[in-house]
Amino acid sequence: MMGSENADGFEETNLNAAKEEMENLALNGGDVNGDSSNSAYRSAMSTLSNVHDPLSPLPTVLTPADSDPLTAPSSYIEPPSYADVIFSPFDETSDSEINGGEDSSLSPDSLSRSPSSSSSDYIKITVSNPQKEQETSNSIVGGNTYITYQITTRTNLPDFGVSESSVRRRFRDVVTLADRLAESYRGFCIPPRPDKSVVESQVMQKQEFVEQRRVALEKYLRRLSAHPVIRKSDELKVFLQVQGKLPLPMSTDVASRMLDGAVKLPKQLFGEGGASAVPVHEVVQPARGGRDLLRLFKELRQSVSNDWGGSKPAVVEEDKEFLEKKEKMLDLEQQIINSSQQAESLVKAQQDMGETMGELGLAFIKLTKFENEEAVFNSQRTRATDMKNLATAAVKASRFYRELNSQTVKHLDTLHEYLGMMMAVQGAFADRSSALLTVQTLLSELSSLQARAEKLEAASSKVFGGDKSRIRKIEELKEAIKVTEDAKNVAIREYERIKDNNRSEVERLDGERRADFMNMMKGFVVNQVGYAEKISNVWAKAAEETSQYDREKQSS
Amino acid sequence: MQSPRSPSSQPYLSASVTDPVKLGNGVQAYISYRVITKTNLPEYQGPEKIVIRRYSDFVWLRDRLLDKYKGVFVPPLPEKSAVEKFRFSAEFIEMRRAALDIFVNRIASHPELQQSEDLRTFLQADEETMERFRFQETGIFNKKPADFMQMFRDVQSKVSDAVLGKEKPVEETTPEYEKLKHYIFELENHLAEAQKHAYRLVKRHRELGQSLLDFGKAVKLLGACEGEPTGKLFSDLGTKSELVSIKLQKEAQQVLMNFEEPLKDYVRYVQSIKATIAERATAFKQHCELAETTKLKEINLDKLMLTRSDKVGEAEIEYREMKAESEEATIRFERIVKRMNEEIVRFQEQKTEEMGVAFHQFAKGQARLANGIADAWRALLPKLEAASSA
Repeated sequence: MMGSENADGFEETNLNAAKEEMENLALNGGDVNGDSSNSAYRSAMSTLSNVHDPLSPLPTVLTPADSDPLTAPSSYIEPPSYADVIFSPFDETSDSEINGGEDSSLSPDSLSRSPSSSSSDYIKITVSNPQKEQETSNSIVGGNTYITYQITTRTNLPDFGVSESSVRRRFRDVVTLADRLAESYRGFCIPPRPDKSVVESQVMQKQEFVEQRRVALEKYLRRLSAHPVIRKSDELKVFLQVQGKLPLPMSTDVASRMLDGAVKLPKQLFGEGGASAVPVHEVVQPARGGRDLLRLFKELRQSVSNDWGGSKPAVVEEDKEFLEKKEKMLDLEQQIINSSQQAESLVKAQQDMGETMGELGLAFIKLTKFENEEAVFNSQRTRATDMKNLATAAVKASRFYRELNSQTVKHLDTLHEYLGMMMAVQGAFADRSSALLTVQTLLSELSSLQARAEKLEAASSKVFGGDKSRIRKIEELKEAIKVTEDAKNVAIREYERIKDNNRSEVERLDGERRADFMNMMKGFVVNQVGYAEKISNVWAKAAEETSQYDREKQSS
Repeated sequence: MQSPRSPSSQPYLSASVTDPVKLGNGVQAYISYRVITKTNLPEYQGPEKIVIRRYSDFVWLRDRLLDKYKGVFVPPLPEKSAVEKFRFSAEFIEMRRAALDIFVNRIASHPELQQSEDLRTFLQADEETMERFRFQETGIFNKKPADFMQMFRDVQSKVSDAVLGKEKPVEETTPEYEKLKHYIFELENHLAEAQKHAYRLVKRHRELGQSLLDFGKAVKLLGACEGEPTGKLFSDLGTKSELVSIKLQKEAQQVLMNFEEPLKDYVRYVQSIKATIAERATAFKQHCELAETTKLKEINLDKLMLTRSDKVGEAEIEYREMKAESEEATIRFERIVKRMNEEIVRFQEQKTEEMGVAFHQFAKGQARLANGIADAWRALLPKLEAASSA
């Protein structure tokens, strides 16, 4: 696995000459010259997966620290033990992370905070084993193929009934789950689902894409199960446990929605029928495409009139606190994006430092071997020894840099995680806004209906006995007013409910974010301190070994 | 300052290159240096002398030494660098000054080179004289008569080889010398690689420093969005990050000057040795060919003497001249061999010392850096611990 950028320095002859050393110094399984992978995260991650499954023994052979990399072919410079690495008494959270164990080395278990609820609450979801399946179809050509993933859940939550379950789901099912949750949990900060990635699925290598999706699905489901309210939802339970076809109603496609809407339209338009054309409870859902064309038009008109300061509806988003909060959240999101980008640069720079240090060490090992082989004078042998000391230190330091980095990735990943959560917050705020819009629409509709009724009543009172058709119209209007009034009340209740959800969610999230960020900082700093100390020791030793060359006391 | 005549004073000669000053504009711009000589040697004009020199003066000195002291590993000069000249950053200027300083000092402490008349000129001549000298030594127009003879003979020997149909391997092939040549050529490859990685390492320090700086700024902005205590913690984290960044930038410069530059110097030295090897090959070839030609002349002379030809007188003169030249060529060659043998020992010892110093400084610098980084981050721990347990 030679990175192309290093190929120019490493001609084959040089490689063969030092092949022994290369094999001995198998940093990360021979990956000395670094990955040629694109993202610093990915390459750091693969370092992580190669080196740091904490529960399995380290891949390289342990030997005493002073072993000579040249003369003992099967030995290697001692790597630190993992316990050694997670040192400081401050660092309980990383310990608990280790103990939790990681089967999938790539995605960290939800967020790194220590469990806020009692430690007996436990739900662990794994996504694995992608397989190709075919749609059953009557056509001769056969149906489309698609990928299913095995989703295994282990839990001791009482709601779940069984402690372990395993189902097969396809990506479309995940979309369904996400849509149903969005409907049921308006106002909540629901973790966003993985993208459909239509372009990527065409462009990427199949295997890579499937793996990327598998990872994303796992992260998503773990986040869902970490949410204190959503983890108890029926939708999630059904998704995780019911064998066979996912028994959740699928998002209807646009065509049938259009049809639905078209059928309902005339009724709504003419206010016909005693029963409301639109079931009251549907008021609770935001207007969607085809199904609620008319409602959509009305709400659009309403929002426009809101913006243009038209007729003043009774409820206006005057909640300054909310608007401020929204501003703040946008700003926060921006800064998280920025920090996450800089974190990625930092990770890359640390990675590069480690790699170059390692390459330097190797170059000196080759020099050492060369001088020893060709030595005619003692001064050469001395120099060879000096070089070896330097090289050993460089190789050790290189290893530490890489380990430092894989830890850094884990900690700073918190920033990436919160990007997802910011999207969830925006979703929750959007729910509130659309609920408010519904209320406002109904209010303005109500007020216009009432105005019409008043006009008609005023007109008909002038004619003694009344016009039969006019009276009938008034009756109809009164009926419509009643229905709209009910709908309005439902809408207001819903709006209040969503407002409450928003508030509690944002509060919960603020608290979690605070804790997570603090843990991130602590973990990051402890890590930096620990590895800086280790690296310093390595170099102090080399300085000691070359102390006869200390010229600082002499005059220049 | 001891009197030069005092019998107990050791002879000493030291020089230093200081105070670089940029002169001129644009393409014509150059840097001038003060060269300060301190000595008690009688050949010099007094205990201390200060002159102003520029890079091309150093080049002149080196060329003269190469010409007169064949076989000696004349210390290398830093590269001419037509491009960097335009930038003339403070770092570049300082590094060049340091390299020139080392150059002059090496010459002054070399047992043979320190006696060079050209060195005296370089260290003492006023600037106008120096400029005159410098302009003289350019191009083939200044080749001495001996050089022309040499060029002629080179052509001649090639012709005679072709005529005689012999492809004589005119190369030294003693096993020791072969080993040395192989060693030098391989060494250059290895060193070049090490130097390349050392240079990259300097870049990595700078890149890591930059990324920490950017990261620090970013988390400070993030902290501004957050309430307490997170906000303050982010702010502190950002500040520390910026601090660590500065340490890294400083170390980058140290690694460049005290580790990468010595490695580059080592490479230059080896290249200088390769040039000496080429000189030796030329001298060897001359020595062989002249010996050969002399032999032929001798045979010819003997023939003529036997036949009592009247061309004997002429032939005898030719023979004697050729013999003298051949002996000179042999002496030249042997002097190169002797010098090289001594030089190799000096070179190896010198390099062990110089690289040892470089390694030691590098290790110390890295240890210091890592300690500084550990201390900086560690200062945050009490606050972080207090906040997270609250």
